[in-house]
Amino acid sequence: MNFDYSEEQQLLADSVRRFLQNSYQFEDRKKIIDGEGWSTKVWATIAEMGLTGLPVPAEQGGFGGGAVDLMGVMEAFGEALVVEPFLSSAVATRLVARGGSEAQKKTLLPAVAEGRMKLAMAHEEKGSRYGMKGFQSVFRKNLLSGEKSAVLGAPIADWLVVATADGMCLVETKRAQLKSFRSLDSVIAADVTFGGVPAEPLGGGLPALEEAIDYATALVCAEAVGAMKFSCDTTLEYLKTRKQFGVPIGTFQALQHRIVDMYISYEQAKSMSCLACSRIDFSENSKDRARAVSMAKIKIADNARHVSQEAVQLHGGMGMSEELKVSHAFRRLTAIARQFGDADFHLERFASL
Amino acid sequence: MDLNYSSEELAFRDEVRAWLDQNLPEDLRSKVSNYEHLSRDDLLRWHKILAKQGWVAPAWPKEWGGTGWNVVQRYIFEEELGYAGSPPLIPFGLQMCAPVLLQFGSDAQKKRFLPRIYRGEDFWCQGYSEPGSGSDLASLKTKAVKQNDVYVVNGQKIWTTLAHYADWIFCLVRTDPAGGKRQEGISFLLMDMKTPGITVRPLILMDGAHEVNEVFFDDVKVPAENLVHEEGKGWTVAKYLLGHERMNTGRIGESKRQLAMLKKYSSSMKDNFRFRDRLSRLEIELQALEITNLRFLDRMRRSGQPPGADVSMLKIKGTEIQQGLTELMLQAADPAASDAFSVAVQKKYLSMRKTTIYAGSNEIQRNIIAKMTLGL
Repeated sequence: MNFDYSEEQQLLADSVRRFLQNSYQFEDRKKIIDGEGWSTKVWATIAEMGLTGLPVPAEQGGFGGGAVDLMGVMEAFGEALVVEPFLSSAVATRLVARGGSEAQKKTLLPAVAEGRMKLAMAHEEKGSRYGMKGFQSVFRKNLLSGEKSAVLGAPIADWLVVATADGMCLVETKRAQLKSFRSLDSVIAADVTFGGVPAEPLGGGLPALEEAIDYATALVCAEAVGAMKFSCDTTLEYLKTRKQFGVPIGTFQALQHRIVDMYISYEQAKSMSCLACSRIDFSENSKDRARAVSMAKIKIADNARHVSQEAVQLHGGMGMSEELKVSHAFRRLTAIARQFGDADFHLERFASL
Repeated sequence: MDLNYSSEELAFRDEVRAWLDQNLPEDLRSKVSNYEHLSRDDLLRWHKILAKQGWVAPAWPKEWGGTGWNVVQRYIFEEELGYAGSPPLIPFGLQMCAPVLLQFGSDAQKKRFLPRIYRGEDFWCQGYSEPGSGSDLASLKTKAVKQNDVYVVNGQKIWTTLAHYADWIFCLVRTDPAGGKRQEGISFLLMDMKTPGITVRPLILMDGAHEVNEVFFDDVKVPAENLVHEEGKGWTVAKYLLGHERMNTGRIGESKRQLAMLKKYSSSMKDNFRFRDRLSRLEIELQALEITNLRFLDRMRRSGQPPGADVSMLKIKGTEIQQGLTELMLQAADPAASDAFSVAVQKKYLSMRKTTIYAGSNEIQRNIIAKMTLGL
């Protein structure tokens, strides 16, 4: 048992954190959101750092990394509330790397690793409520029909990985109709309609899809841990500086105990994120992996809600304001609590495993 | 990062598990899992079995009988003890008095007391709380006045766990009533419970058990050589103990065993989704605490620093989980049953309310974290 990051993992997480501190301050982020909703410069930089190449095997110019390799990175993304849809691309990349034909891998993966191409993961449908079975979309005779909801990153993706009733397929985004919007937490997304358009089969089937969504779930847990850390730290800072009745409000025991509980929530969430990422990389079987991921997601959903709500409450009226980053962290944590399944969904899955 | 145990760690766990399988007496195991009363003899019998094996005080320095295990091995060992259903090792001697003597005691004190603690020849209890001094420990009033080569002690302690079993008590006493700060003028004193003037009176708790006591001191003459550290430095000693590595504070192994028992006990309720989800959330909370505990151990191993306020977090979460488990046991119990175990389940629920109060109430633990970790 060890909790160490390897030297490479540590260096990567540190350099990502440094880059975000220098170039992804709250004001930088605001400019991105007010503009296109993503930054080509940021994407180029994370590609340069090797992040887009992490899920790509070495044969296609990547690093063949796992979940733990990205854990520290996702925590840093969470702290900075990065809006670029990196994870959607990463999970689609993992599916292509694992189930793609040689031709598909050759066409897509080197370009993804270099940051020239982006993928997005399209699985959820209206009413599918996080489930991986019972999709309405169909893929027959290499033609794809159906609708996918809230596909993060779809407006900027070149290709989409689509889960259908007939297995997974790969489709060029330009063949689909997109209704673009911004998610609750300011990420570019789209509802996507496929009207019998040509697509390519993607191998792997349901086990691969479930594995990839577990991978994404573990990583979104790590992202939540980062956003929780930010929420705790910024609230602590506020308690130390905000004065009422002539004293910093952090001198009030009623508030001290509440922020202590926030930090405990954060630590417990971090532990479960470690477990989930580690089990993605080192599980003996899919049941162990799924159990760990569901446990982690339940804890993260519960604790994300606790930490985000308390962070806003302890900031008072300022916590409600659009101008403070803490309200943006609230939105991100609210979204993550439901992304890839809320606590109830995972309680049901956990009980069935 | 790999949260699975290594093959060496698994081999160690199997060794401990196999040994416990052979050496934990069945009658003791059964008493523990049925929530039955453990006598002084029960507690000491188990202590001596572990002492004979050389495993009773893993964390001590090797020269005094420690095992030299690393922190992960120590954690595995404690978890296995708890999981097997072994009687608790009473911490007052092994994990409280001994570390204090090792850090602050004279050579003579170490030689005199440590081997006897190790072998289970002296049963220790802790004299901290007083009727007017609970969470506000520094307000304690029990007085020790030095006269030639003895301290004359007068006053009262309360909530003294297992004082009725004890041969010795370590006490915080006030040696200088005039001192400026309240924390100054407190001293750490060791007393033989047979000394004339010490009276132990039982305090029966709401589950009907005799576990805690009042201890009265009436002109008790304590040899001055039983003072630990310097006179007036008792608070330093108490604070040292607070931050000492009590890494078993979360009681993970014990709670894992309770969880397994709860699952079996509540098997008829597995289609009750309300109950099922409460159970799942508790299991997950315990899983998270186990990893949090291991992360803190890992940090300790790397930094070489004592865990400090981390222990407070383990205490808060560990005791909340222990209470949660007894709540669900109570919920799972057949409301119409009156057999011995069902009654024991009810009493266990009553008894476990103490855990969030004792050893520094959970509110005090939050104060400690707020002050030491968060700088508030």
